[in-house]
Amino acid sequence: MAEVVLRDVEKRFGKIQALRGMTLEVRDGEFLVLLGPTGAGKTTTLRIVSGLEEPDRGDVFIDGVRMNGVAPRDRNCAFVFQNYILYPHLTVYDNLAFPLRSKLWRTEEGEIRKRIEHVARVLKIEHLLQRKPDKLSGGEQQRVALGRAMVRNPRIFLMDEPLSNLDAKLREEMRVELKSLQKNLGATFFFVTHDHVEAMTLGDRVAVLNQGVLQQVGTPEEVYEYPANVFVARFVGNPEMNFLEGFPEGGKLYLGDLALALDLEKVWKGREVLPSRVLVGIRPENILLGQGGTVGEVYLVEDLGADKIVRLRVGETLLRVRVPKEAEFSVGEKVPYLLVHEKLLFFDPITEKRLG
Amino acid sequence: MVWKVAKGILIALALVFFLLPIYWIVATSFKQWPDIFAIPPKFVFRGTLVHYLTLFNIRPEEAAKFGQVGKSLFPPRFLNSIVIAGVSTVLSVALGTFSAYAFSRFRVRGENDLLFFILSTRMLPPIVVGIPFFVVYRALGLIDTHIGLILLYMTFNLSFAVWLMKGFIDEIPREFEEAAMVDGYTRFEAFFKVILPQALSGIAATAVFCLIAAWNEFFFALILTSEKARTAPPSIAAIQGTSGINWGQIAAGVTVFLLPVVVFTFLVRKYLARGLTFGVIKR
Repeated sequence: MAEVVLRDVEKRFGKIQALRGMTLEVRDGEFLVLLGPTGAGKTTTLRIVSGLEEPDRGDVFIDGVRMNGVAPRDRNCAFVFQNYILYPHLTVYDNLAFPLRSKLWRTEEGEIRKRIEHVARVLKIEHLLQRKPDKLSGGEQQRVALGRAMVRNPRIFLMDEPLSNLDAKLREEMRVELKSLQKNLGATFFFVTHDHVEAMTLGDRVAVLNQGVLQQVGTPEEVYEYPANVFVARFVGNPEMNFLEGFPEGGKLYLGDLALALDLEKVWKGREVLPSRVLVGIRPENILLGQGGTVGEVYLVEDLGADKIVRLRVGETLLRVRVPKEAEFSVGEKVPYLLVHEKLLFFDPITEKRLG
Repeated sequence: MVWKVAKGILIALALVFFLLPIYWIVATSFKQWPDIFAIPPKFVFRGTLVHYLTLFNIRPEEAAKFGQVGKSLFPPRFLNSIVIAGVSTVLSVALGTFSAYAFSRFRVRGENDLLFFILSTRMLPPIVVGIPFFVVYRALGLIDTHIGLILLYMTFNLSFAVWLMKGFIDEIPREFEEAAMVDGYTRFEAFFKVILPQALSGIAATAVFCLIAAWNEFFFALILTSEKARTAPPSIAAIQGTSGINWGQIAAGVTVFLLPVVVFTFLVRKYLARGLTFGVIKR
């Protein structure tokens, strides 16, 4: 149980600036997910918290104590690696006992057995204790890696894409288990992923990182409904948000791509005066088909099972529209569509920040 | 089918090619004096242990028949070989493993230049430095000492050990010791508990190569030693009596000399087979 604070952390590897002015707080007992594409600096952030890397500038605090220069072993964090990194020459039991047999955490063997039995019960790996890691499936290795993190009750769990090597079905199961494990332990989880679904389902809060710069921190709802900028809007959500050019003028918002004029006061609730050109974003589920007065042509229908994605051609623009699976559309069909007015998001086309 | 037969024949030919000299030496070591020179060679013969017995001074009275003067010098020199090759191998592998770990894990300034420099010590034919070494060793009082040869073999093998071990350690993801370091271990402890066990096959392969190189080394042993520290190779070559070259005893000496390397290779063969292929595959 602990809180972590990163303040103005900078890290550079040779020519690559991995982190720029990273300031982030992980609250006590929360499940914070760090989300971002490859090369965003997610792993670097975890490694800096764990002490495996030192920041070039800036400070790291755990429970209010400055951690710069403190050796990894003295930070009492647990690190779960993407490839699990189980020691191949040791049995599962010895892998789990490994942290407790260090000089630092030296524990009596009877106590070690008790703790391992407990952890093994929680993770349902009791039958695997005498096996070597190479005789385990991916999911089992994953559990053992988690177990090795759990045995010594660390202050914080640092997890670097721990689910990304599992197949889809197992990943979903582990997601549920991980979440309930975190609830039951009441532990602080700092979790890194590039999968926005994982981030949305697991995180109490989600921090979005891109090119070493923190883009936004917030609850999954905040990040999804009110993305701070174009990057977050595009990265979170599948299929991607639709972006259109808009020109507010004389009480109207002209959407040039769609040859459409909307009443500005219905779509813009903010106080500030909009610039003469804006980027308008709308999620695929906020476009309704079969209503409204303007028409588009169905270009492609993708059946996702639970629902369908319709590509609707309006002029030169292709809109992504999410429709229920029962809806039937055929390619070439002319369909009226409606943008849900209150769901339009406005972005500054130059800074790409969300307006309002 | 044809391919299988062809493959069998090829393997048989290769085996004959590699094993015939060894068979020849071993057979000769058990042959009686006239049979050694028989033409055509005798494949069926009455064996004798006399060459071994004289080699180890067990039946010295037999030795006189072959014109040997005094005692056979083989036992103490065989022991020298074991000590010198063994100690230099242990040192090369130990130092090589540590250096390789450092090169593999830390940003060493001028790493590539240093590694090239280390490798470049292998590029010179050793015979070129024979005389300088002799002069330097004489000045340092290292002529005919165990430590002198140990240092020399270690120097020659170290470059090899560093390069080979670096390949093996590069293959072990650094996350292994990082996991251990987060879990309460120092880097040093992590190295011994986590990296070393995984590098065992590489260490075995390196050790075999270093041992064979040090064990077989002839030239420097010949010019840098005379009595106390002389190893088996120059000593076997010099086995002769008043009545000519004692081929039987030379064959017996070579057979005994082969044994330790064969035994050691068999002991570590489990690691060796893995080690030889493991290091080759680059990710």
